Amino acid sequence: MTKANSSAIKESATSPKEVVISLYKAEEKIYPRSIFGYFAKWRWVMIWLTQLFFYGVPWLEWGQRQALLFDLSAKRFYIFKLVLYPQDLIYLTAILIISALSLFLFTAIAGRLWCGYTCPQTVYTEMFLWIERKIEGDRAKRMKLDAAPMSIEKLSRKFAKHFVWIALAVWTGFTFVGYFTPIRELGMELMQFNLGTWSTFWVIFYGFATYGNAGFMREQVCKYMCPYARFQSAMFDDDTLIVTYDEERGEPRGAGSRKNTAKTESLGACIDCSLCVQVCPTGIDIREGLQYECIGCGLCVDVCNDVMDKVGEPRGLIKYTTQNALDNHWTRGEMFKRILRPRVLIYSLILTVLIVGLATSLWLRAPFKVDVIRDRSVLARLVEGGMLENVYRLQIMNATEDTHQYRLKVNGLENAKVGFKGSEKNPLITVEPADARWIVVDIEVPDGSLAAGKHKIQFEIEEVESKEVLTEKSIFLIPR
Amino acid sequence: MSDFINNFWPYFIAVITIVGIVGCAFLLWFTSKIKIVSSNGDNTSGHVWDEDITEMNNPLPRWWVWLFVITIIFGFVYLALYPGLATYDGSKGWTQENQYEAEVVEANEALKPIYAKFDGMSVEALSALPMAKSIGERLYMNNCSQCHASDARGGRGFPNLTDHDWLHGGSPEKIEETIANGRNGMMPPMGAMVGSDEEIKNLANYVLSLSGSMHDAARAGLGQPKFASCAACHGADGKGNQALGAPNLTDNIWLHGAGEAAIIDRIKNGKVNQMPAQQDKLTPEQIKVLAAYIWGLSNGTDH
Repeated sequence: MTKANSSAIKESATSPKEVVISLYKAEEKIYPRSIFGYFAKWRWVMIWLTQLFFYGVPWLEWGQRQALLFDLSAKRFYIFKLVLYPQDLIYLTAILIISALSLFLFTAIAGRLWCGYTCPQTVYTEMFLWIERKIEGDRAKRMKLDAAPMSIEKLSRKFAKHFVWIALAVWTGFTFVGYFTPIRELGMELMQFNLGTWSTFWVIFYGFATYGNAGFMREQVCKYMCPYARFQSAMFDDDTLIVTYDEERGEPRGAGSRKNTAKTESLGACIDCSLCVQVCPTGIDIREGLQYECIGCGLCVDVCNDVMDKVGEPRGLIKYTTQNALDNHWTRGEMFKRILRPRVLIYSLILTVLIVGLATSLWLRAPFKVDVIRDRSVLARLVEGGMLENVYRLQIMNATEDTHQYRLKVNGLENAKVGFKGSEKNPLITVEPADARWIVVDIEVPDGSLAAGKHKIQFEIEEVESKEVLTEKSIFLIPR
Repeated sequence: MSDFINNFWPYFIAVITIVGIVGCAFLLWFTSKIKIVSSNGDNTSGHVWDEDITEMNNPLPRWWVWLFVITIIFGFVYLALYPGLATYDGSKGWTQENQYEAEVVEANEALKPIYAKFDGMSVEALSALPMAKSIGERLYMNNCSQCHASDARGGRGFPNLTDHDWLHGGSPEKIEETIANGRNGMMPPMGAMVGSDEEIKNLANYVLSLSGSMHDAARAGLGQPKFASCAACHGADGKGNQALGAPNLTDNIWLHGAGEAAIIDRIKNGKVNQMPAQQDKLTPEQIKVLAAYIWGLSNGTDH
């Protein structure tokens, strides 16, 4: 960072004191060094879990259909047993609120776990880095390769890397589209090079986004685009677990043996090997303290522990700890006790209420929906037999994947005759699986039997099998 | 394209647009570097507030600047392709209207295979086909139910389509014709021809007697001779004339209201009623399926 800026500062010719500085800078490429260790292992576990889910789930079947399918054109979301209609948008709201609160909770307890272990941006960056490493080698080799003039070897390595990147990116784009279009059909179409225009567009769009973000933008997305980094300080407190450098123990830093000479005796534990900077996927120096660029992946903890083992010092010069624990020299037990602080408890309480609420509401959700619309063109009309008639449109939405029958009753009117097409023969309304059906309902009362004006009525629709009942309000109009 | 009365305003806006875009580009270039009096190269911007608060130079990544440049280029490309500058229509000649028309053509093209199945089938045969029926029902709900009601039984001024009483004929061909071209129903005011208010009232009672509705038999008898002026359209027997759209007066179906007062009003003031033509909205294939649905309402198997 400092190098780039000092090069941007140019001495002005006219006055020795006046300088022109650029407010833009070219980003320096970061070459993260590979690392094995406790946190690195957890990162890979999370990458496997999230990606097995992402790439695998669209291929699962549920009965005759894809288990998880967001059919936007038919406006049905299939989530295993559930069939959701646009009217169920409230569940999406609830899920989003729960997700946001979970993020707050985890962040308050253990910092940016999301960024370090599950965010697609960092997960795909790690996957793309792995490919890069396999083809171009580790940090030093990559730096050398990039600095070297173009050669057959460089060209072939670069070509191989981009080829594998693009293949993975296209597969990612394809999988993503597979959540919205049945993936098996999509796969058949792809194999026959017969993909529809829009499917092709979205596959390429998401593929390109993956390729660009994980291959090139990487930490720039976290630093300049993602809002989460910018408000982490609002969610952190002094008891939040963060990746941090023990300055008291480490400083003054310097190379050399800690035992032998008088010159090095006074030095702290940090041998200034800069490995923590080299492994950092966002290219920061954790020894400068908590920064918004830190994604909390813990790789610097792993590498520093290795170094401490080698130089024979205790581990934990860089470690997961809290500000309070560091300042007050708490034991781990004392530190973990502070997890049960009001902030965490309140988040947990709200979260529990919301999750229980969502689960209950999904559990009690009626397997069908009803909508009643009064005909607007005909307010009321006289029909045969001296009856006064109002017309309604009734929509019954079957939110299950079986054919169901429904019985209609109207409450609130005496002597009312309720009828719809074919109701004399079969008073039950049949709705196909996951289908919505419009029924035109006529309600008649003897003319003059009711006072002029509005009369409140209720449509009561009962699902025959489960005896579940839904009620919809409407009005019956009698003209003056 | 211009909705402005004065030619000045489109150019006024065009100038603002161009100056705005060029201004953004200029600002981008102008603010990319600053000249500062640097004390010790400490990477601050040289601005100092409240004696000792300095501003760190945290440069924006250059690729971000390129995004601004891309938006500026996009702006010019857009203005070249689409209408946006004064009276210039854009090289693509795009308008909302021709996009709408293109989408309609596209949608009709997509629907063709469905309607192709009905090719060569008669309206009668279509009305018995469940698939054609459900398409017809949806077409009816979207295009007809606003006036004729969701159950097709109409209302005052809007004919009931489920009975056997047709103003302009209930044969499949006639229904198709009605949907495609619309209809104009016109009854001229007959008050002056019939005579005094008394005579009109007598005539109204005679008209009521034709369908066996409640009427004053004495007045009906007096009114009978006056019916001659009605017979030209409604026929001597009052059974109407579908070629003219003259309603049958003997079936006790009253489109514009039953009873003496309503009929007196018809005789005195006449009536103009209109069914709008649908051929610009619906394709001939759709009209045929719709006609089959409507024909089926009074002739189909479920009635």
